[in-house]
Amino acid sequence: MVHRIEIGYRQGVRDAGGEGAAERIRTFLGLPVETVQTRTVYKVHADLTPAEVEAIRQEFTDPVIERSAVGRLDAPPFHWLLTVGYKPGVTDNVGRTSKTAVEDILGRRLPDADAVYTERQFLLTGAELGRAEVRRIGTDLLANELIETIHVQSVEEWRASTPDLSIPVVEGEQRPTVREYDLQVSDAELMRISSEGILSLSLEEMHAIRDYFARPELQAERRRFGLGPNPTDAELEMIAQTWSEHCKHKIFNAEIEYSEDAGQGRPAHKTTIDSLFKSYIRRATEDLRGQCPWLLSVFHDNAGVIAFNDTWSLAYKVETHNSPSALDPYGGAITGIVGVNRDPFGTGRGAQLQINVWGYCLGSPFHEGTLPEGLLHPRRIRDGVHKGVIDGGNQSGIPYARGWEVFDERYLGKPLVYCGTVGILPRTILGQPSEEKKANPGDLIVMAGGRIGKDGIHGATFSSEELRKESPAQAVQIGDPITQKKMTDFLLEARDLGLYSCITDNGAGGLSSSIGEMSTSAGGAELDLANAPLKYQGLDPWEILLSEAQERMSLAVPPPHIEALLDLARRREVEATVLGRFTDSGKFHVRHGDRTVACVDLEFLHSGLPKMHLKAVWTPPQAPEPPLAAAPAVEVVLPDLLADLNLCSIEKKSRQYDHEVKGLTVVKPFVGVYNDVPSDASVFLADYEGVEGIVLTEGINPHYSDVDTYHMVASIIDLALRRAVGTGARLDHMAGLDNFCWPDPVQSPKTPDGHHKLAQLVRANMALYDYATAFGVPLISGKDSMKNDSTRGGVKISIPPTLLFSVIAKIDDVRRAVTMDAKCAGDLVYVVGETKAELGASEYARYLGRLTGHPERIGASVPRVCASVAKATLAAIAQAIEKGLVHSAHAPGKGGLGVGLAKVAFAGELGMAIDLRRVPAVRVDRDDVLLFSESNSRFIVTVAPEDKAAFEEALGGLPCACIGEVTDEPHLRITGLDGNPVVDASVVDLKARWKATFDGI
Amino acid sequence: MASDVRALIITGFGLNCEAETAHAFTLAGAAPEKVHLNDLLDGRRALDEFHVLAFIGGFSFGDHIASGRVLANRLKHRLAEPIQRFIADGKLIIGICNGFQTMAKLGILPGLDGDYRRQTVTLTNNDSGVFRDAWVRLRVEPDSPCVFTRGLERLDLPVRHGEGKFLTLDDKVLERLERERLVACRYADPATGEPTVRFPHNPNGSVAAIAGICDPTGRVFGLMPHPEAHLFPWNHPHWMRRAIASTLPAEGEGVAIFRNAVAFARDSLV
Repeated sequence: MVHRIEIGYRQGVRDAGGEGAAERIRTFLGLPVETVQTRTVYKVHADLTPAEVEAIRQEFTDPVIERSAVGRLDAPPFHWLLTVGYKPGVTDNVGRTSKTAVEDILGRRLPDADAVYTERQFLLTGAELGRAEVRRIGTDLLANELIETIHVQSVEEWRASTPDLSIPVVEGEQRPTVREYDLQVSDAELMRISSEGILSLSLEEMHAIRDYFARPELQAERRRFGLGPNPTDAELEMIAQTWSEHCKHKIFNAEIEYSEDAGQGRPAHKTTIDSLFKSYIRRATEDLRGQCPWLLSVFHDNAGVIAFNDTWSLAYKVETHNSPSALDPYGGAITGIVGVNRDPFGTGRGAQLQINVWGYCLGSPFHEGTLPEGLLHPRRIRDGVHKGVIDGGNQSGIPYARGWEVFDERYLGKPLVYCGTVGILPRTILGQPSEEKKANPGDLIVMAGGRIGKDGIHGATFSSEELRKESPAQAVQIGDPITQKKMTDFLLEARDLGLYSCITDNGAGGLSSSIGEMSTSAGGAELDLANAPLKYQGLDPWEILLSEAQERMSLAVPPPHIEALLDLARRREVEATVLGRFTDSGKFHVRHGDRTVACVDLEFLHSGLPKMHLKAVWTPPQAPEPPLAAAPAVEVVLPDLLADLNLCSIEKKSRQYDHEVKGLTVVKPFVGVYNDVPSDASVFLADYEGVEGIVLTEGINPHYSDVDTYHMVASIIDLALRRAVGTGARLDHMAGLDNFCWPDPVQSPKTPDGHHKLAQLVRANMALYDYATAFGVPLISGKDSMKNDSTRGGVKISIPPTLLFSVIAKIDDVRRAVTMDAKCAGDLVYVVGETKAELGASEYARYLGRLTGHPERIGASVPRVCASVAKATLAAIAQAIEKGLVHSAHAPGKGGLGVGLAKVAFAGELGMAIDLRRVPAVRVDRDDVLLFSESNSRFIVTVAPEDKAAFEEALGGLPCACIGEVTDEPHLRITGLDGNPVVDASVVDLKARWKATFDGI
Repeated sequence: MASDVRALIITGFGLNCEAETAHAFTLAGAAPEKVHLNDLLDGRRALDEFHVLAFIGGFSFGDHIASGRVLANRLKHRLAEPIQRFIADGKLIIGICNGFQTMAKLGILPGLDGDYRRQTVTLTNNDSGVFRDAWVRLRVEPDSPCVFTRGLERLDLPVRHGEGKFLTLDDKVLERLERERLVACRYADPATGEPTVRFPHNPNGSVAAIAGICDPTGRVFGLMPHPEAHLFPWNHPHWMRRAIASTLPAEGEGVAIFRNAVAFARDSLV
């Protein structure tokens, strides 16, 4: 039976959660709530004596601050009660832990069917609130009806009711069924099968599958396995998952006919590209392999692996989790971070998880217009995404190094949620190179970690589609960092005991993907789904195979080690189950008990996918120049830009992420006197014994894509490398990760501009190759997410082409690291690198466009990168830092020198006296252009006066000038090109403007 | 040389500061050992083997129900007597962050009148309602009996918690903590050095700016900030400014806490 326990705060104890909810109800929803009190309800479904229930109540309650009751807890006056619970089958992490706690209290294990279910209660006062408003508080703020239930009661209804004892159990006792699909049908029928099954397969792909199953030699074999002539649901689903854009990167591997129309009257340039991935990304790394002996494992494992020193290797992977985060921001994002953790964890023999990074592209949280039906407000998305990654990272004990946000209204339809993780591996484990792994025929298939439910089914295929109103709710999972932490702790022990030979994670595609991939190294696999531990009954075999239920790793375990592995798992309270064995049959053979539900040739599964043939046509967009004539004075512009969404402080949210756990942090995400200005790059010690460090940073600027993705990519690579080198990284031990998020670039009636979007993708890849090779920075890992469009309420919203370029590098001695904040009054301020009139798509151009009502006037002169000058500049700065000549270094990006100088000054709580006439520049005759042009390859550096000559010598003949000095008086004073003062602002005021934008939200 | 002072670091179930806490004990001259909680519950290992016990930071059981609650319950039901004996034997216990939360809920702090089983203090949600990672200045109370903070005046350490607000069952408990000098350290305003109840220098709204307390013997100590996250001078957020000013110390400020424990154990327990 169900026992209900309610827990609330004692009178007089501050309810911070309730206060926060009240504040958000008032400011975000604009509803007149007076107070909110919170409570937790535990519904314990188990056979218990009254004394046992009472013991549980007491031990769940904090006697210092809480009171509780079995059944109903009385309450001080309120008007409305809002109860939020989970829908059946949704992960209830607190409920799961509560069951463990109950077992500890009782001193006995409870049966599998017993469970604890939790609900959150909000007791609202507010005489003017009506039922509809209270419901809206539920739907628009406190709950997500996709996964949660909302129950509203007035105080009178509450008094008149008996305490609710219902629980969200998954009903379902049906016998597992297997369906077959006849593919000998019309094309229209084939497409219906693909679409209704959310298989996301094209007609050409459906034909390939049809033809495979029609092979005569296959039929006899199928009869031997007890299979019919037609593919089963499990087979179709397995193939669809393996062939999904998400897993096979079809667009990146397509043959592309690219043509370029450089302008009026000029001849069109035409070329055929056989795979963007092979032609640009992999080729860049192959070209650099000779000069980068530290490359260990690139592109083929779950994360790229580089050697760090003789003791350690590093594995790094960045992922996106966009579609799920659009539907359920919290669940989608927490799954994003704990999911990407499993990538380095599933790389080589398994890497210990060391550092996280995050970054989000979102619509403005201040968005006031209407939203297409079904889209969540960007503020909700932002709050939920942050909370998800905060909980996921903090609870896993992994510090974050980097965090950023980019805002643009084109992310209203689909937010981009980037999460990345660096793992660390000993160079060798039990004498074997740690980056190598192999499943052998005869090894047992073991799944460890969480159980399987319907959660996340079709995640791989669904993320390969645009977001539709009817997008499936079960595509959302909620990650559980604690289940994962228990699992990773256990597996690291098992790894060091040598108990498994191969490991990979269960992410998109679940067992189908993980065992499908591992079986290629063994040569086959035989899997019995009936052995898989389930969260609840009623799953069909294909659902068990495809489920993306979280916190699971798949292992290949040599039979002699299986007892030791299972024993260790029991002692660590981690579920580990043998699901079959690897074979050399050449087949992925899946059974459910005695019945074969799928048997597919690995050769067909992994190589049978027809190549796509696509067309790309590049016509440079025409953007009128920014309305400079209407520009306000620079002293007005500077604080306005500092307050801009894309330049302002995001410290408030960032502080909620742990960046100190493990005690290895040296340059933190925020630096300066008050630790409140973002660092250019972050530095972590690699271990507790040495002084060698890991440097992490990134570049992103989707706005430049509006002019030319080629220069967008060049610019973000340049920026990321400046940030890393300016913080002290070695230029010759640095690797890059490319994460593409694109709108659908395949021409179709839905995407009439597909040729252009694909050309943007081609040009981005060309730049990636050109600059990665020019800088000598190999690409070690990447990911693409190619369908970031949303069509709801008849409105299509496509994201701007977005690339995140992440850098991982080495610093030989962390004590040589340099931060961006000005440190000493009297230091000289240098600008290294030339400033050009490059306002195209800059923050300033977009600001002027908004100000004058001409947002299309972003200009065409997007910043470019001269690789040879850029590389020489990086080398010179690295040398100056190596010699200890640099007190601070900052790579100006968005907002140019003006914003950069302000940040360097106010980070140090110091002033600056600057003369623009001394800034190295090429054909710039306006103060605003000089201050806000975003030209690449520049640094702002502060240098002690006694190091002037040495610093200038280190810079050699590169463009470089001392443009002023750091002052004790905290004022930023800038002299214009005509010799008159153009800015005289208190750095305290500038900082206050910069911080005000996100104050309170 | 193998050290004579043996430190036990309990791991598992979402605890996560084992590596840096172990290194802190190593720097302080002890021999630390990381042992999974279940190995203690199964009897494979025993508390008796050790002189110092550390309840480390992390998210035991995800902070579900409340921080430290589920771990405290498990210890109470399955390891209570060995822990009571450990205290009675004159040994040392430190709890950091989640460890402090666990000790408070288990009732082994503040241990008034020798009662180490009843909960009289707690750590609950920060006034801000959210987790916060920031460095704080601690003022160490010179007349506290706390073994771990002997000879220290101030410490700069990071806090990283969502539930760090210290509260007592009633005013009487608070009065006794003050009267018996059991408050070992408080959040202070760096500008004045004085204890503060104001954000952000007091990051959570703790009553009387309390950051850490000890039992009347001074051998049982819990605090919210993380001394094990300031083992290197360049962990400090201003290490580069300190280096330019030639005021960078030779080691991180957090190490002293562990040195005190190891020195005490070596004098009285080995």
